[in-house]
Amino acid sequence: MTNYQSRLRIKKVDDVTRVEFIDRNILDEGNIQAIGEEITDLIDQETVPKLLISFANVDHLSSSALGTLITISRRVKNRGGELRLSDIDPQIYDVFVITRLNKIFDIHETSEDAIKSFQA
Amino acid sequence: MSKTTHTSHSGNEPADAGRVELPNERDAIDALQRAVLAAVERHAYPKASAFAVRLAIEEAVTNAFRHGHQGLSSDETVLVEYEVGRDAVRIEVEDRGPGFDPGDVPDPTLDENLEVPSGRGLMLIRAYMTETSHNERGNRLIMRYARPAPDA
Repeated sequence: MTNYQSRLRIKKVDDVTRVEFIDRNILDEGNIQAIGEEITDLIDQETVPKLLISFANVDHLSSSALGTLITISRRVKNRGGELRLSDIDPQIYDVFVITRLNKIFDIHETSEDAIKSFQA
Repeated sequence: MSKTTHTSHSGNEPADAGRVELPNERDAIDALQRAVLAAVERHAYPKASAFAVRLAIEEAVTNAFRHGHQGLSSDETVLVEYEVGRDAVRIEVEDRGPGFDPGDVPDPTLDENLEVPSGRGLMLIRAYMTETSHNERGNRLIMRYARPAPDA
């Protein structure tokens, strides 16, 4: 491997860590694994993680990426934290509905809405 | 390198059909998706069709390498055949493994399976494609996507 390259844009909004993807397509197995590890590191840095994952730039998402999201969600819960998802393109949101994953994730239309929901 | 044959009615036209020996390499998988999606676009399918076709190829190829080729050399290729026509898109993905029984795959949408990280690929393919079937051995997935009705 060459230099480590982050696949995320990370921004701290108060006590919420907002994560956005650099790639438009979250398909490649290697990238998905790298993203999972990077987000896991972010979760582990917080005592009680408040994590927002924004899909603002994402056009395609594979089922492997959904699997990684489930693993991330478990890790956040295990640490007593909260996870929100936001800015999901309607075509991708359909994938969440078809797989019924919209039942286990707390999904908001915009990042702003999601951040407010942490504070509620 | 993937061994690829794309065919068209005249040698100069872009291909609407192809047969690709696909290696487990991202560049090759992306190139295949681009070729199929370009044909889908030439035939003026709606945007949602491109999403469905791309998803189906992605999930089928991932399953073929990850599950079909479990225990095989990572150099083994997967055979992909496609044909984009006016009314439908046909995609067939064949791995070199022993095959499996699609009936053995648990339903990932059951409450007890919702938090299981894997096992959603085939279910998504079935949701987005018009028809899917497997050959008897269970190592070839045949997918057909029919052009949606204009008012759909």
